[in-house]
Amino acid sequence: MLRKSMAGAWAGIVLAATSVSAIAAVAEISGAGATFPYPVYAKWAESYAKNTGIHVNYQSIGSGGGIKQINAKTVDFGASDAPLKAKDLDAHGLLQFPTVMGGVVPVVNLPGIKAGELKLSGEALANIYLGQIKRWNDPAIAKLNPGVELPSKAITVVHRADGSGTTWIFTNYLSKVSPTWASKVGNEKAVSWPAGVGGKGNEGVASYANRIKGAIGYVEYAYALQNKMTYVLLENKAGKFVAPTSEAFQAAAANADWAQAPGFYMVLTDQPGDDSWPITGATFILVYKKQDHPETGAAVLKFFAWAYANGDSMAQKLDYVPMPDSVVKLVEQTWANEIKDAQGKPVWQAD
Amino acid sequence: MTVTAASLETHHAVRRGVWMDKAFKWLTGFFAVLVLASVLGVLVALWHGAEPALHRFGLGFLVSSEWNPVTEEFGALVAIVGTLVTSAIALLLALPLSFGIALFITELAPVWLKRPVGTAIELLAAVPSIIYGMWGLFVLAPLLADHVQPWMNDQLGELAVIGPLFQGPPMGVGMLTAGIILAIMVLPFITAVMRDVFELVPAVLRESAFGVGATTWEVVWNVVLPYAKSGVIGGIMLGLGRALGETMAVTFVIGNAHHLHASLLMPGSTISSVLANEFTEAVGTLYTSSLLALGLILFLITFIVLALARLLLMRLERGEGKSH
Repeated sequence: MLRKSMAGAWAGIVLAATSVSAIAAVAEISGAGATFPYPVYAKWAESYAKNTGIHVNYQSIGSGGGIKQINAKTVDFGASDAPLKAKDLDAHGLLQFPTVMGGVVPVVNLPGIKAGELKLSGEALANIYLGQIKRWNDPAIAKLNPGVELPSKAITVVHRADGSGTTWIFTNYLSKVSPTWASKVGNEKAVSWPAGVGGKGNEGVASYANRIKGAIGYVEYAYALQNKMTYVLLENKAGKFVAPTSEAFQAAAANADWAQAPGFYMVLTDQPGDDSWPITGATFILVYKKQDHPETGAAVLKFFAWAYANGDSMAQKLDYVPMPDSVVKLVEQTWANEIKDAQGKPVWQAD
Repeated sequence: MTVTAASLETHHAVRRGVWMDKAFKWLTGFFAVLVLASVLGVLVALWHGAEPALHRFGLGFLVSSEWNPVTEEFGALVAIVGTLVTSAIALLLALPLSFGIALFITELAPVWLKRPVGTAIELLAAVPSIIYGMWGLFVLAPLLADHVQPWMNDQLGELAVIGPLFQGPPMGVGMLTAGIILAIMVLPFITAVMRDVFELVPAVLRESAFGVGATTWEVVWNVVLPYAKSGVIGGIMLGLGRALGETMAVTFVIGNAHHLHASLLMPGSTISSVLANEFTEAVGTLYTSSLLALGLILFLITFIVLALARLLLMRLERGEGKSH
């Protein structure tokens, strides 16, 4: 067992291009949190173990649980779908960085309407979710869709019943585009929905949306794609109608000003740029700035550095969107500057 | 008197027996106390967890229909109403059905049919609740949405008093669907208990009633049912207990909305569905604590229901004593 883990550590040193000087035999690192990125973290962990012998044990217990566990120091890293505010990070001495992105996609169930046919503005979407637009042939929707025959069907709003990062990103967007939404409902992982029915998980929302004629729901991009759901085109900040694609999410990330976001508190909703999908969000990792066990801390960072360098295609295969290289550079710079051991020596060295 | 080896051995055996008996008594007593202790432990833990919410909202928690994680305003009314209404629908539907099935099996069915029907009912009880939930969502809900609920809207929605119960868009999911699923889930429990107690009725009672020319219905209503009534009530309470606490199947079909509606066709939520949905991602003391307070309320509701059932049984037994 010991020999095996030593061999693993050596293999890690040989393989990792961005090697750190002080590598001890850390054979296993553990993390817990967000469910949204679980498939890609699991894929990365599997591939990483094959290449380096170091096992990454990630439990997808939910963002709330991830934050609790990292605060209790029972795991080496936490994971959250919603970014923590800089002051919350400072209060616990945590650092956060984004790993992959995804988008939230409104989907509809309207007989005769195909995917990408219906156009909605942020304001119209907010008013639908506020319960103010009640029928599909409402002038506010008809105005955006000249030439599309809209039925006079009642709109059934479908939302998440469980707390989730998806809801956090979605309500963040609605709060940005609708002052009424911001004041009446707000931005949280679970909110007091003014209308509609709630499904548990993406699959719950999807099955309600698929069953109920005249329904509108919102799901993760990967989920909409894999289940070939009827997505809508959304109007972005530049006034263009865009379809939810991997390129549109990357455009939103590339147009965001990461360098000016303290603690990587960056929400990618309603970003500028002609091609940006307006409801984009990243998922985040939380680690301590002061590492009691610098070897473990370094092992965690090494894993994510490896994932940034080698994990893009794995992420794309699972319909996640990798972070742009410019952001990755910024993240690794921040590691080098801010993560220290007990003596104040950097745990990570940027190349 | 000399003590022979044999009698010494008997003496030892007796002493060992006494000691074993004592140990056995203590051991089984310990098991029994363990049950009491864990019930108490659950109650204390729930109370402790619910304290911040109860402190903040007081008794208003019970009557507030607010549930807003953003402003951290919480109230249990919607979940309590949802729990009670869905369970009531379930009993209303399951009771006559169970009664009929149990009657048929014990009194009317030809011998070759008793076994298969009885086994089928017991199999229903063994189906995991998530299967009921999926069946409810994928089969029952669309069926209700397309065929039953539009009819309810048109025919029942206009009626004077009960009309508002059946208005609203035919979505297929909602309180009524949850109640129907629950009815199917509690049906086997109530039926099995009813069948067992009906079978306990002495054949001589039945036969003498038939002998004086009573019809089957008269025998059932005047002889079998009075004899078996405490068992029947026990069965109903068992079913009610299950309906109150059922989680997964309800979560699938109730629609999970924190709103009070007059209509049974609209989405709602029950205490256990709220817990199942929201516990994992609940951040902040007040949110978590409010969820635990919901758990405490469910505990109390179940306790009250069971206590009422006991009370009812006791009164029935007293009544029996008088009539003889």
